[in-house]
Amino acid sequence: MKKMATGNQAAALAVKESDVEVVAAYPITPQTEVVETIASFVETRQMKASYIRVESEHSALAACIGASASGARAFTATSSHGLLYMHEMIHWAAGARLPIVMANINRAVGPAWNIWAEHTDSLSQRDTGWLQFYAATVQEVYDTVLMSYRLAEKVNLPTMVCMDGFILSHAIQPLEITQPGDFIPPINIPHALDTNDPMSYGNLTAQNDYFKFRRAMHDAQKEANVECRSIEKEFAERFGRKYGPTDEYRTEDADTVIVGMGTMAREAEVAVDLLRKEGMKAGSIRVRQFRPFPKLNIEGKKVIVLDRDCSFGAGGILAQEIRFHHNVPVYNIIAGLGGQDVRYETIADLVRKAKPEGEFWLGVD
Amino acid sequence: MLDDIPEDEFLYKGNTACAGCSAMLALRYILKAAGPNTIIVNPACCSTVCQGTYPRSAYGVPVLNIAFAAAAAAADGIASAARNKGKNIIVFAGDGGTVDIGIQALSGAIERNANILYVCYDNEAYSNTGMQKSGSTPYGAITTTTPTGRKDSKKDIDLIIMAHRPRYMASASSAYPKDLFNKVQKALSIEGTKFIHVQCPCPSGWRYATEKSVELGKLAVRCGMWFLYEYEDGKLTLNAPTKAALKRPAPLEDYVKPQGRFKGVDIERLQKEVNEGMGRIRDMANMDALEKAKEGSQ
Ligand code: SF4
Repeated sequence: MKKMATGNQAAALAVKESDVEVVAAYPITPQTEVVETIASFVETRQMKASYIRVESEHSALAACIGASASGARAFTATSSHGLLYMHEMIHWAAGARLPIVMANINRAVGPAWNIWAEHTDSLSQRDTGWLQFYAATVQEVYDTVLMSYRLAEKVNLPTMVCMDGFILSHAIQPLEITQPGDFIPPINIPHALDTNDPMSYGNLTAQNDYFKFRRAMHDAQKEANVECRSIEKEFAERFGRKYGPTDEYRTEDADTVIVGMGTMAREAEVAVDLLRKEGMKAGSIRVRQFRPFPKLNIEGKKVIVLDRDCSFGAGGILAQEIRFHHNVPVYNIIAGLGGQDVRYETIADLVRKAKPEGEFWLGVD
Repeated sequence: MLDDIPEDEFLYKGNTACAGCSAMLALRYILKAAGPNTIIVNPACCSTVCQGTYPRSAYGVPVLNIAFAAAAAAADGIASAARNKGKNIIVFAGDGGTVDIGIQALSGAIERNANILYVCYDNEAYSNTGMQKSGSTPYGAITTTTPTGRKDSKKDIDLIIMAHRPRYMASASSAYPKDLFNKVQKALSIEGTKFIHVQCPCPSGWRYATEKSVELGKLAVRCGMWFLYEYEDGKLTLNAPTKAALKRPAPLEDYVKPQGRFKGVDIERLQKEVNEGMGRIRDMANMDALEKAKEGSQ
């Protein structure tokens, strides 16, 4: 079934199709539409789930942790300060190996107050153990939520599906509604709380065991890299839409690649077309899967990385990841912070002027 | 007296509580009352440590350990999952996790009438981290962060909880296990949020001889420093030991003297606070009597 939907509605619709048992959420701009839509699904009985209207994001994720720990499929959504307020629980969900799925609507962090798109909120949760995906279209939000439940429950790690605030969360695009059917099997959490087999989860664990749990999380991230490929393959076979850890555009013969995430990386594709017309062999790579971080096809190419985020004192976070995984020079453009307008003409212009290496702040340098 | 309390144990030997810990005494009776169809949610507190270290557990029911501020919300998450209908979801949280850092989640859970029993075991300090002052530390008590005795007064969590109008609320003491057992059973028979506040003397933090936990718990009630009551449908019912104490309280010195934490306390000021507390609870209980009298005369 085709319909028009926003990114936020797409997330809610995917949750509706995923047999979620417990939703707990606190509203925050620009995420509100997700929780409003789910609330209306639940109250009009289009969706059979408990909806907990919690008093804070800390409690939203804590409630999801409780539900998930007892074996139920759980969902929450948040943004920016909400995500940061959850931070402790974000670690907890991953450490407890609970396959919770969360939509994060990427938004800048105050001060100053700014409600527009930026990736610093979710990227600052990079080291918590969550799997992280960044979508760029409404359809991709929907499909990524569906695939996330499969993946999360396969490797027992929570999964964050990220989309740019307003640019995608409020953009209306065509959406193909897919009933996942048995693509998402009934949930079965192996370590769910069981009154017939009482165990204690999360109690004191001494020096001789704790690190083994941490290593298991690290291994599960690596396993997710393999599992996700087979889930994407199955998804493509069943529903006809193909995804991968990255989305490459005109890279076959490219000697210059623009790497980015989210909607800005889609804008870069238009810039690539423009540059191609001028004779530049440009291409772009959109990183969809940020954790675990995929290998990129960039060796021997001039690499320009677009970051809608910054790790102060170090530079763009995506650029750092690429520098860590690849021994290549990187020209890092930090642009789009707090919803700063970044058009394809601007991206093309920056690429034309790009040096082999260095850092450039749009609108400042 | 304890005849009809089941012999089944869900708190095992080998738990790592201090000798004389009355929080474990309370938990033992809570679990006896709740039985095996129970899930415990534990925020950071002594009770997290008392389970013993992984891979062992001294608790005979499943436990979800969770971060300090999150217990009530996590419990609501469990209770909200359709699959857990009919199970007893019990938070066992210390006073720090209840009156201080966990109060927001607790307030939210009661407001939503989450189907949980929240038990606060009150040892009147952050005992797990080595006895620092919590909101629940009484006036005059020495802790490691109030080394000359607390200068202000204990936060009255019960009045705060009452304002939320929970389905059932009770105050209990580890020194009166039968009363605690009955209150837990009653609470678990009620749908919605239940709150039980249990005073649990702590030999390590209060600095008294380990064998005196029950004696001190009883003295707290007898001198009017702790009350035993139930609060349902806006009505406060005092239990017998508190009724007796309000009529003729035991000397406060009897309670204060054996405890190292009250060394150098201004006993007159503490007595004044205790008197005020007794006056308040008397008024609240009497109000019901007045109400009844009014109804009767109409
Ligand atoms: S510190 Fe006090 S409450 Fe904690 S285990 Fe020891 S005796 Fe029990």
